[in-house]
Amino acid sequence: MTVDAATPAEPPAQLPPATGSTGSRRAVRFRDYGILVALIAIVIALSLSTDTFLTRSNMINLLDQCTVVGLLAAGATVCILSGVFDLTASATLAVSAIVGVEIMRVTNVPVGFGAAVVAGALLGFVTGMIVVRSGINSFIATLATSIIYRGVAVVVTAGAIVYPLGSQTENFGALTWPSLFGLTSATVMFVIVVVAIGLLISTTTFGRRVYAVGGNLEAAQLSGIRVGSIHVAAYVISGVCSALAGLILASRAGSAQSTMATGAELTAIAAAVIGGTSILGGEGAIWRGVVGAFLLTLIGNGFNLLGWDTIYQQVLQGCLILFAVTTDRWLRRRSR
Amino acid sequence: MSTTAPSISVRGVGKSYSGVTVLRDVDLDIAPGEVHGLVGENGAGKSTLLKILGGVVRADHGTLSFDGEQVTFARPRDAIAQGVSLISQEGALVPALTVLENVFLGRWAQTAGVRRAGHDRKRFDELIELTGFEVDPRARVDLLPTGVQQQVEILRSLARGARVLAMDEPTAVLSEHEKDNLIALIRRLADSGTTILLVSHFLDEVLAVADRITVLRDGALVTTDDAATQTPRTLVRQMVGREIDMLYSTPDPIPDDAPTVLSARGLRRGPVQGVDLEVRAGEILGLAGLVGSGRSETLRLLFGADHATEGTVDVDGATLTRLSPRRAMAAGIAFVPESRKEQGLVMARSVSENVALSSLPRRRVGPVVRRSAERTAVDTVSRLVDIRAAAKDAPVETLSGGNQQKALFAKWLLCSPRILLVDEPTRGVDIAAKSHIHHLITELARDGMAVVCVSSEIEELLALSHRVLVLRHGRPVGEFPRGTAKEVVIAAAFGDEGEPT
Ligand SMILES: Nc1ncnc2c1ncn2[C@@H]1O[C@H](COP(=O)(O)OP(=O)(O)OP(=O)(O)O)[C@@H](O)[C@H]1O
Ligand SMILES: [Mg+2]
Repeated sequence: MTVDAATPAEPPAQLPPATGSTGSRRAVRFRDYGILVALIAIVIALSLSTDTFLTRSNMINLLDQCTVVGLLAAGATVCILSGVFDLTASATLAVSAIVGVEIMRVTNVPVGFGAAVVAGALLGFVTGMIVVRSGINSFIATLATSIIYRGVAVVVTAGAIVYPLGSQTENFGALTWPSLFGLTSATVMFVIVVVAIGLLISTTTFGRRVYAVGGNLEAAQLSGIRVGSIHVAAYVISGVCSALAGLILASRAGSAQSTMATGAELTAIAAAVIGGTSILGGEGAIWRGVVGAFLLTLIGNGFNLLGWDTIYQQVLQGCLILFAVTTDRWLRRRSR
Repeated sequence: MSTTAPSISVRGVGKSYSGVTVLRDVDLDIAPGEVHGLVGENGAGKSTLLKILGGVVRADHGTLSFDGEQVTFARPRDAIAQGVSLISQEGALVPALTVLENVFLGRWAQTAGVRRAGHDRKRFDELIELTGFEVDPRARVDLLPTGVQQQVEILRSLARGARVLAMDEPTAVLSEHEKDNLIALIRRLADSGTTILLVSHFLDEVLAVADRITVLRDGALVTTDDAATQTPRTLVRQMVGREIDMLYSTPDPIPDDAPTVLSARGLRRGPVQGVDLEVRAGEILGLAGLVGSGRSETLRLLFGADHATEGTVDVDGATLTRLSPRRAMAAGIAFVPESRKEQGLVMARSVSENVALSSLPRRRVGPVVRRSAERTAVDTVSRLVDIRAAAKDAPVETLSGGNQQKALFAKWLLCSPRILLVDEPTRGVDIAAKSHIHHLITELARDGMAVVCVSSEIEELLALSHRVLVLRHGRPVGEFPRGTAKEVVIAAAFGDEGEPT
């Protein structure tokens, strides 16, 4: 039977007039896109105060710089939306890059790249299973797992830097090559991946489930959602993002090592939160993580261009995080 | 702060949320020590008014005066300082703490920063004496039934020395007996000088306990009158603005050849101590019992939300193995849980996302949600249950309590289940909406749906069901046909022990 089969005898009373709905839209917009306003403000400020900012080469450079944190932030956002943290991101990054290089040495460059991505997905799967099966808080569980992964990276490399074979060196740098519109291939890949994840989260039934699981685990469960699978899938996505970020870093450096990108998982979570994704889960979006990553990159770039001493950069970044989260809370508070 | 209740006057209080006016120019005087009832349809603005008095929400304009002196409540703390204590519709306890810690939250007895638990314990016992509640001070509150959680909130208000107690639908979560106790307590508190503001959809109850009653409609105050001059009928007319029939819907007789669709044998787990039941297509089975009798738990076992340690659930004669919500849903079962905030809705997500959640796979192309189909489905079902929301893309938490309940119901209707398990289907909805939901349920049964309904309102169960099964201590102790006297069912629920005092 269908819903229509049961028509109510009394006609439903009228819905309230839609007078206020445009007003409410506007308010929602403002609150939702405040972070974009901040981004544009910084862009304008930098364009006005330097003449090197709005140049083609700086833009290309800036986007390329953004790719690593941006990918990690996208992965972190998926996890946070579903209500878990992934502190293994940077360790997964290192292990996948190392695995990629090692496999590359016995095969060729494309297979090596592919192997890195597969390794990232597998590590994500393992992390996810550990979190789901152990039932330990994801923060603790992934913290421990990340230590294990770093340890594995050290064991595999014996603490040394790993290089591809001499004949592979050139192709290994492929991600730094210019491609579409003069952007680096890393940037192009980043854009494709982020758009794909963004669509996955915003348009699919999977995305809906991610939000539901993060927003109210019990309600999601009672709606027939397999909560564990959603979490594992989130970690797999995060793992793939980490692997891709690892390849970009390795491709730039021409090598991989066990200490790669240490601490980047926190930057990624920061980027997600700066963008306006709720740390409590269930609220936010992929584009927000990317915007957050872009803001952080922009600050670094601004320091460079303005010739400021970069020792203050972290202080400013920390302030920015506090500012973003406070503003977010304030805007929410106002709507009560 | 003095200990006697203030006379409160509310002048021109208004509130709007992003352009939608939810309270307009409310003028209200509340005398010290009176029980003041506040009634109105779902979304009329009752909770908003209470929240303004409790400092949880700030009015856009208007003033509050206590004993003629203007007060500003910027935050709950300010209201508490004036002796106003709000017991909200949603509950506001700290889940992981014990009852005792919640009751004295933030105001524990202490000496030089060290807690004096013994002292708190003594005060707790005094409060228990005053209220007659039976609450274990060491229990963790999130493990308590909702009815008891609410008692904990009342205890906390009293512990704070509340002079004004604002209660938002306190009886919605209570069983008959607990309701009577609460009403008696309200009277006692009022007699000892506490002012009580009572929001409720049970008009009889408001009429019985309130001195005066205020009716709100669409955010505006319609009247404030002596309770003695009002009847349920006049109240409803003022609430809705027109005469409406509030008759209970009568379920159609079950066809003789209707097959048994759902049956359970020897279900056991926790408070459920061996439940057998059978429901036929088109039948509405009511489950009655006291809080803790295993009613809700039985539904959870039937749906696979918890795993039975023993017993089986059969649908169409076939046993469901490794039962989980997913499998239950695949077998055509839907489950409207008892608590919309904890188990039912994803508060931060929109109304449409929530309503669509459990039937997502029905409207997709490959992995992608078909938005237009979803909008149509959500609109249809929202109209069917009459959800009143400013916008379907507004977070469900911005809906009034009753409308949230309707959204929860709508979500499960969209699954087109063959078997509907509902726990407190009309909790918090106004009487018009309630009769509407009853009507929907009987209509669904007529079309062949099997329904198992749990409610703490015996009257609702007796009116709605073909049969009422009474549980006591997790076991079925009696089964009653329609038309049984309410007292008989209550007596069965209490068993031989009689009413606890
Ligand atoms: N935070 C909010 N944002 C936007 N709208 C809100 C918010 N809180 C309440 N509203 C709206 O204000 C109106 C009044 O809500 P309120 O909760 O006061 O109703 P109520 O009379 O308590 O109804 P019920 O009987 O269903 O509990 C509703 O239309 C609701 O959607
Ligand atoms: Mg309310």
